[in-house]
Amino acid sequence: MDFGHIVIIAISAILINNFILSRFLGICPFLGVSKQTDTAVGMGMAVIFVMTMASAVTWVIYNFFLLPTEHNVFYLVSRAFGGDFKPENFDLAYLETIAYILVIATLVQIVEIVIRKSSPTLYSALGIFLPLITTNCAILGVAELNTITYNYNFIESLVHGISAGIGFTLALVLMAGIRERLEYAKIPKAMQGLPIVFFVSALMSMAFLGFSGLRF
Amino acid sequence: MAFGKEFAKGILKENPILVIALGMCPTLAVTTSVENGLGMGIAASFVLLGSNIIISLIRKFVPDAIRIPIFITVIATFVTIVKLVMAAYTPALSKALGIFIPLIVVNCIILGRAEAFASKHNVVDSIADAIGMGVGFTIVLVIIGAFRELLGSGTILGRSIFGASYQPALLMILPPGGFLSLGLLLMFIQWCKKEK
Repeated sequence: MDFGHIVIIAISAILINNFILSRFLGICPFLGVSKQTDTAVGMGMAVIFVMTMASAVTWVIYNFFLLPTEHNVFYLVSRAFGGDFKPENFDLAYLETIAYILVIATLVQIVEIVIRKSSPTLYSALGIFLPLITTNCAILGVAELNTITYNYNFIESLVHGISAGIGFTLALVLMAGIRERLEYAKIPKAMQGLPIVFFVSALMSMAFLGFSGLRF
Repeated sequence: MAFGKEFAKGILKENPILVIALGMCPTLAVTTSVENGLGMGIAASFVLLGSNIIISLIRKFVPDAIRIPIFITVIATFVTIVKLVMAAYTPALSKALGIFIPLIVVNCIILGRAEAFASKHNVVDSIADAIGMGVGFTIVLVIIGAFRELLGSGTILGRSIFGASYQPALLMILPPGGFLSLGLLLMFIQWCKKEK
């Protein structure tokens, strides 16, 4: 468990495998809330926050509730009640999609309630974005990548969650900056609205493709 | 009559990708070839059909306050079925689509249709709506997939089109190609509308 490994995970999630521009996760909020820089920053902060929490919670769910290991909670509980079970009896890994989406939806609700009660300023900044986040595929995506695809441990999952959120915010804020300037540009009729946004994204994505030349 | 009308609107007039701009993530991510686009389209259509039927059947018993979690659970169940079936029968496709199969759960088209249509209409209309939207989604995925595969690999469904001397434009099957193709398609559609 060395520090360099963590840095590599962070850099590759922010720049090389940027969630929006290279993995295509979270395109809906990218198109929806990238009209102004300040709302983009708010949305980005909310995503970083929820992504980090979701990474931590889904990691715990996957490793302690779904995987058939010696420390599966259902296994330990049923053994404590004297049942004659093996860990293999509790292989619930096929339920991960259902479990994750429900956990993430609940988590977002709890976060919203806690922020509303504890910090009205933070709530006025992030509040309206939180309900939108539940159906943001980047959140479920980071959970799936952490547990299924990469099989990260807890610290790695956490770092991957934070960096994926930072990468998302980076692309979102850059895009918002460009779109504010586009307001004043003369764009052909057929390209106004979404098409020009896609062309700009293609150029940004090409720029980010350059980062894949980074080697460690 | 009503069945045909609900079916037809999803393909052109209310096409989920081109007109309502929902479900962009899989549209961009998996359309590197016709096969992947078709596989994704069929998988999502199946989930859409299943969830529309169930949600339309239970719409009278679901309390309004907790309808969204219930809809999501129904959708996630069908996604799990699709995921397991694909892993068993089409392992190569399942691997190519990767995390985008579980991510069908958060595809806005499916929850959008559940919320906007199936929770308010009867089963027959909901089936028509699901098939129409599913076909509309699949057609767009196949068009973009064909465009990117043709330029990016010089093939369609794995068959060489341009011959061996063609230098494939690799960019088209890399991420920028996805943004570029969808942008071009949307531009073409806006241009057609303006010409009328």
